[in-house]
Amino acid sequence: MDLPVWIADYALPVAWITVQIVALVAPLMLAVAYLTVVERKLIGYMQLRVGPNRVGPRGWLQPIADGLKLLLKESIFPTQANKGVYIVAPLLSIGPALLAWAVIPFGPTYQTPFGEVTPVIAEVDVSLLFLLAVTSFGIYGVIMAGWAANSKYAIIGSMRAGAQMISYEIAMGFALIGVIMAANTLNIGEIVVAQSGGFWHWYFLPLLPLFVVFFISGVAETNRLPFDVSEGESEIVAGFHVEYAGMTFALFFLAEYANMILVSILTALLFLGGWHPPLPVAPFTWIPGPVWLLLKTALFLFFFLWFRATFPRFRYDQIMRLGWKVFIPVTLVWITVIGVANLTPLRAVFH
Amino acid sequence: MAVTQAIFYLFATVLVVAALMVITARNPVHSVLFLVLSFVNGAGLFLLAGAEFLAFTLILVYVGAVMVLFLFVLMMLDINLQRMREGFLNYLPLGAVIAFVLVVEMGAMLAAGGSGAVVGGDGALGGTEAGNTTLLGRVLYDTYLLPFEVAALVLLVALVAAIALTLRHRPDVKKQDPGQQVRVRREDRVRLVDMPTEGAPYAPDTGATGSKGGEG
Repeated sequence: MDLPVWIADYALPVAWITVQIVALVAPLMLAVAYLTVVERKLIGYMQLRVGPNRVGPRGWLQPIADGLKLLLKESIFPTQANKGVYIVAPLLSIGPALLAWAVIPFGPTYQTPFGEVTPVIAEVDVSLLFLLAVTSFGIYGVIMAGWAANSKYAIIGSMRAGAQMISYEIAMGFALIGVIMAANTLNIGEIVVAQSGGFWHWYFLPLLPLFVVFFISGVAETNRLPFDVSEGESEIVAGFHVEYAGMTFALFFLAEYANMILVSILTALLFLGGWHPPLPVAPFTWIPGPVWLLLKTALFLFFFLWFRATFPRFRYDQIMRLGWKVFIPVTLVWITVIGVANLTPLRAVFH
Repeated sequence: MAVTQAIFYLFATVLVVAALMVITARNPVHSVLFLVLSFVNGAGLFLLAGAEFLAFTLILVYVGAVMVLFLFVLMMLDINLQRMREGFLNYLPLGAVIAFVLVVEMGAMLAAGGSGAVVGGDGALGGTEAGNTTLLGRVLYDTYLLPFEVAALVLLVALVAAIALTLRHRPDVKKQDPGQQVRVRREDRVRLVDMPTEGAPYAPDTGATGSKGGEG
């Protein structure tokens, strides 16, 4: 049997990559949908309420109802809005949020009868750099949405979000530089492999300051409470997406939650040993690696929701102060510590 | 191979069109957004050439930071679009001359450099070995350490100078010191004063005190 060349060369690879993308994005969207339910339920319990419990058994069909409602609603375009930019903005928000998932590895390289299989869509050698580049796009969706809507509230929200995301991106990047220096690689998969062994090999111990800075900066990057001054309901209604309705609003919503899961899984991969079990002994190693990774991701997602239920919103100058005067100096000091330690016998601590 | 070429021409076409739109778009914000688009396509061309570090750094630094600051400034300005267009034809000849010189220079460089790829190819730095990020780092921090550090120092001086030039101390601005706010004690803010009553002892008015309602 001889396939025509174009099928073997182009059609099959395209079909295969499409299957991979669907296999990633479908569960991701489901996770986003159920993250919203878990969020409302969890915050409900923390505030001694029951949360949504009307749609389906115990409220578990709530996200389906929400999604249908958003789909059927009209997308409003303000008369003075800059049409093109107004439509592109939500797309630029959801696009990078999904694209970043292309380089996230979900498990170790498996030996199968078909050869080595790594559960990642794109095996980029400098995947961490790719990730930084792609996530730096997310800010455009926010800024363009605020500007194009031609509304005072929206532009104030996008200004706040822009300044905040730029500030915390620096701290986040410095925290990643520490990880790169410890692991000596820009490949996320290899960074996880460098942490193999028990939990005392994971980077959250030797890089504790960077771990804390990275996760909190991640919360700030996703504009989640207590850093959500860009939405700030009490002052500017809904911030940058105040004019959006229906599906255009839903895209911002999906992007925010996809980014939350992304930050959580990244923290798990870079600082909590990824798919490695906490102890490399029998009962722990029976559970497959991807399950461990998802458990750790769920832990950080819980932190996101916990923060939201616990902390009041930061004042804007406090956010800027925390980012520039606390996080950036802390990361710089710890990078110096790692750099000096790498030249001495202490380097064993970081490797 | 044909696919790679098609992708190259796609990136190149979008890049050129976006670059043209940067100088012809009526709205300055649109110009900046087109500039972002051309940067992204430039990064795509870098990727095709096998220079992934340059590609991602271009996006990270220019798209992720520099252009965002541009947008910031432009969004806050109230620009008169008519005034913006006025000098266009006057500057066109000068711009054309500069563009021509640039094209000639780049052509000369390509002709002198031969056909070998600069990065990621056979005649490239470190051969076909994958991972030119490592190679780039090795060259920068070993062979060219001194020039690299000098360049970094120059940038640092420029940074300090820019801040020193624009920093103004305004005595009339009220600032809060969060450390002080946290350290504050009840005694610093509230003083309980004992005030003895004067005159006749207070007699509560038992009648209706009016329909004020809703206190607290």
